[in-house]
Amino acid sequence: MTNQDTPLLKVENLQIEGLSEDRWKPIVKGVDLALGKGEVLGLIGESGAGKSTIGLGAMGYVRDGCRFSGGSVQFDGIELTKADRETRRNLRSTRIAYVAQSAAASFNPAFKLISQHTEFAVRRGVMSRDEAQKDAIDLYRQLQLPNPEEIGFRYPHQVSGGQLQRAMTAMAMACRPDLIIFDEPTTALDVTTQIEVLAAIREIVDEFGTSAIYITHDLAVVAQMADRIMVLRHGNEVESADTETMLNAPKEGYTKSLWAVRSFKAADKPEVSEGTVPVVALNNVTAQYPGMPEPVLKDVSMSFFPGRTVAVVGESGSGKSTTARSLMGLLPPLSDDILLNGEPLATQFRKRSKTELQAVQMIYQMADTALNPKQRIRDIIGRPMTYYRGLKGKALTEEIRALLDDIELEPDQYMNRLPSELSGGQKQRIGIARALAAAPQLVICDEVTSALDQLVAEGILRLLDKLQKEHDLAYMFITHDISTVRAIADEVVVMQHGKIVEQGPKDAIFSPPHAAYTDLLLSSVPEMDPTWLDRVLAEREALQA
Amino acid sequence: MNGFFHELRKAPLTAKFGCVVVLLYIFVAIFAPVLAPFGESEVVGYEYEPWSTVNWLGTDSLGRDMATRMIYGARNTIGIALLTTVIAFVVGTAAGFFAAVLQGWVDQLLSRAVDVVISIPTLIFALLLLTIFGASVTSLIGVIALIYATFVYRIARAVAMGVVVMDYVEAAQVRGEGLWWIMRKEILPNAAPPLVAEFGLRFCFVFLTISGLSFLGLGIQPPAADWGSMVRENASLITFGDLTPLIPAAAIGLLTVAVNFIVDWMLHKASGLKT
Repeated sequence: MTNQDTPLLKVENLQIEGLSEDRWKPIVKGVDLALGKGEVLGLIGESGAGKSTIGLGAMGYVRDGCRFSGGSVQFDGIELTKADRETRRNLRSTRIAYVAQSAAASFNPAFKLISQHTEFAVRRGVMSRDEAQKDAIDLYRQLQLPNPEEIGFRYPHQVSGGQLQRAMTAMAMACRPDLIIFDEPTTALDVTTQIEVLAAIREIVDEFGTSAIYITHDLAVVAQMADRIMVLRHGNEVESADTETMLNAPKEGYTKSLWAVRSFKAADKPEVSEGTVPVVALNNVTAQYPGMPEPVLKDVSMSFFPGRTVAVVGESGSGKSTTARSLMGLLPPLSDDILLNGEPLATQFRKRSKTELQAVQMIYQMADTALNPKQRIRDIIGRPMTYYRGLKGKALTEEIRALLDDIELEPDQYMNRLPSELSGGQKQRIGIARALAAAPQLVICDEVTSALDQLVAEGILRLLDKLQKEHDLAYMFITHDISTVRAIADEVVVMQHGKIVEQGPKDAIFSPPHAAYTDLLLSSVPEMDPTWLDRVLAEREALQA
Repeated sequence: MNGFFHELRKAPLTAKFGCVVVLLYIFVAIFAPVLAPFGESEVVGYEYEPWSTVNWLGTDSLGRDMATRMIYGARNTIGIALLTTVIAFVVGTAAGFFAAVLQGWVDQLLSRAVDVVISIPTLIFALLLLTIFGASVTSLIGVIALIYATFVYRIARAVAMGVVVMDYVEAAQVRGEGLWWIMRKEILPNAAPPLVAEFGLRFCFVFLTISGLSFLGLGIQPPAADWGSMVRENASLITFGDLTPLIPAAAIGLLTVAVNFIVDWMLHKASGLKT
C-alpha cells in the first residue's frame, strides 16, 4: 500500500518557531517525514514535543504567534510553507482535512451537524447540497453512528462525545481528502467509546485509501492505527520505523523508556486484619442534585483502610467523582451515611469540625485550576499547615522544606515560585503536597494522572506509593485508566450509572468471571499488540452473533 | 516596581503620554498652594479682567484669579473623584465577591437591588439624592460612590463568578477557610486585572459626573474651586469671544483622554493579546 517513491506529503527539515516573551524560540527543530499514499503515520511523544505543531504544519498552517523558520512542506508537489492564503485554503478540507482533539469545542454549537458537514463540499462545488447530505448519511452509517438518517439533523450538544468525534471524522471525509490529520482524536474519550472511534477511523481510512497522520501520546493506540511510527521529543525526531519494528525493537533509550512506562506496580500489601476500623466508611450512600428527579448515586458503599488504596473506576458520568464529592461534603448524601473512624460525619462540609475536615484531603485532576496562580508554592502548601496544625515562622518553613523534599522538589529552588513556573508534573506534585500538608488520614486522588504524560504519570504513581507507605495513608483513587488501577490498587470498585457494578480485591476483579460491564471495560483497554483492535472487534462480533 | 518600569518602557506612546499627563495633574494637585500665585478664593481685581502678566488667565466673575482657581480646582475635583472612586470600588468589589461566593438568595437580593439602582439614569438619580441630602462634599461623595458601586458590583461579581468555580477556591472552602480569607486571598488576586482597568475607566466617569453636577450647581460648592463650576460661572464670556471658560473644560477633557489611554493599555495587557 505504501509508495515511497512519490510521497503525497514530503516534509524536509521543517523548523517552526514560537513567540514567547518577545523572543522567537524553536518549537520544531528540523523534522523530516514522508508520507506515501494510503499510509498512516503515527506521531508520538510527550506534551511539548511538537506533535500538534508538526501536524498543523503539514497543512501549511501555524498557530497564532508561531512562524515557519525553515525547511519545506510539500503536499503533492505544492510547497505549503510559502503558498498564499488562497492556495492553502483551497487545499484544506477538499484535499487535506483535520480532526481535532475536542470535537465538542470544534463544532459550531449553533449549526446542525449535517450543515457543517456539507458546507465545504457545497461551497467548493464538489457536490450539490442534496448529494452532500446523502453522502453524509452514508458516511454516518459507515462510521456506525446510531440513526444515521437522523443524527445529522441534531445540534452538537445533542449527541454524545464519542458520536461527535465520529461525526467529525465523517466531516473530514466529506470531500474525500487525500490526507487527514488526526490530532489526539480519542484522548478525551472513555475507553469504551474510544474503541468505537478507533475502529471507525481505521475502517474509513482503509476503505478510501486516505493517508493520515495520527497524533497521540498513547502508545497502545498508535500501535493499532499506524503503519509507521515516529517518536518526537523537544521538537526533534528521536527515531522512526514501521510499527512492528518500533514496538519490538526500539533503538533509542528514550523510546525504550516510553515503552517501559507501564512497568510500575505497587507491592502487594497484607490483608486488613479483622476488626480494623476503617478511616472512612460509606454505607449505602445515596445522593441527589437539588432539582433533579433521579439520585446521581445509589446505595454506594465502600471502606478505606490505613495504608491501602481503593481504586474507583468507570466511564465519565458513572458517579466516581460524585462519590468523592459526597464524601467531601460538597454534595451531601440524603442521610448520615458516612463514618469517620467509626464516628458519624456531618454530611455538609460546612458543619464539619476542623479535625474532621483535616482527615480527608483531595488532590485534583487539573493541577492548573487546583493551584491558585497568584500564590507562591510556600503559601500554597504552608497554608494547610498553619490552618490545621498551627505551624508558624521557622517551624513552618522547616516543615515546608521537609515536605518539598518528600515530593522530590528542591526546596530552595521551588519554594518561592508561582505555579505558572512549574511543569505539569511538578504542579501535580504541589497538589499532592498541599493534601499532605494537612496531615490527613484519607487522600482522594481524582484522576490525578490522567492529564499527564505517561512518563510523568508514572513518577507521580511511584511518589504516591512511597508517601502512602511513609504516612500510612488511605487512598481513594479515582481513574478511568485500567492500567493505573493495575499498578496501584488494593481494592477495586467498578461503577456505572451511579451504582456499584462490582467491588472487591484487585485480583478478584481482574480475573474472570467478570460482571458484564467490567468485562466490557477491561477488554476496551488498548494493548500494545498491533493486532489487538482486530482481535477485540472479532470477539465482540462473534459474541453478538 | 522594577517590573513596572520595564513594562512601561515597552508601553505604546499613547500610554506613556497618559502617564505623563496623569503624573502632571497629580503634581499640580499636591503642590497647589506652592504653585498658585494667589489664594484659592482671594479676590485680586475687578471682574472678568483679561489675560495679563499678573493674572495669567484673567479673573472670574468675582475678580478671583483664574489660573489659581485652575490649580486648586485640580486638587478639589481630582481629590474628590479619586476618593469617591475608591469608596465605590471597595464597596462594589466586596459586595460582588460576597454575592459570587455565597450565591443563592444573597446573590439574588444584592443583584436585584443593584438592577433597580442601575435602571434609574445616573445623573437624575444623583440630582434626586443630592436634593434630599443637601449638596455637601460628604453627601456628594457618598451619593456618587453608592451609584458607581453598583456598576463595580456587576463587574466584580462577573469576574469572581469565573474564579469561584476554580478548584483552588473549592479546595479552600473544603479546607474550612472563612469567607473573608477566600475573598481576599483566593479571589481578589485573580480578579484584580480587569478591576484595575475598570478603576481607571470609572474614575473618568465619576470625574465627569462630579464636574457635571458642579456645572448644574449641585456638586462642589463655592468658594471651593472646581473645574465644572468654573465653566458654568464664566460661561457668559464665550459670547464675547473669550476662550477662558474652555480652559477648565479642556483640563477635564485632557485628563479623561489620558486616563483612557492608560486603561486601554492595561486592558490590552490583561487580555493577553500579542499584537
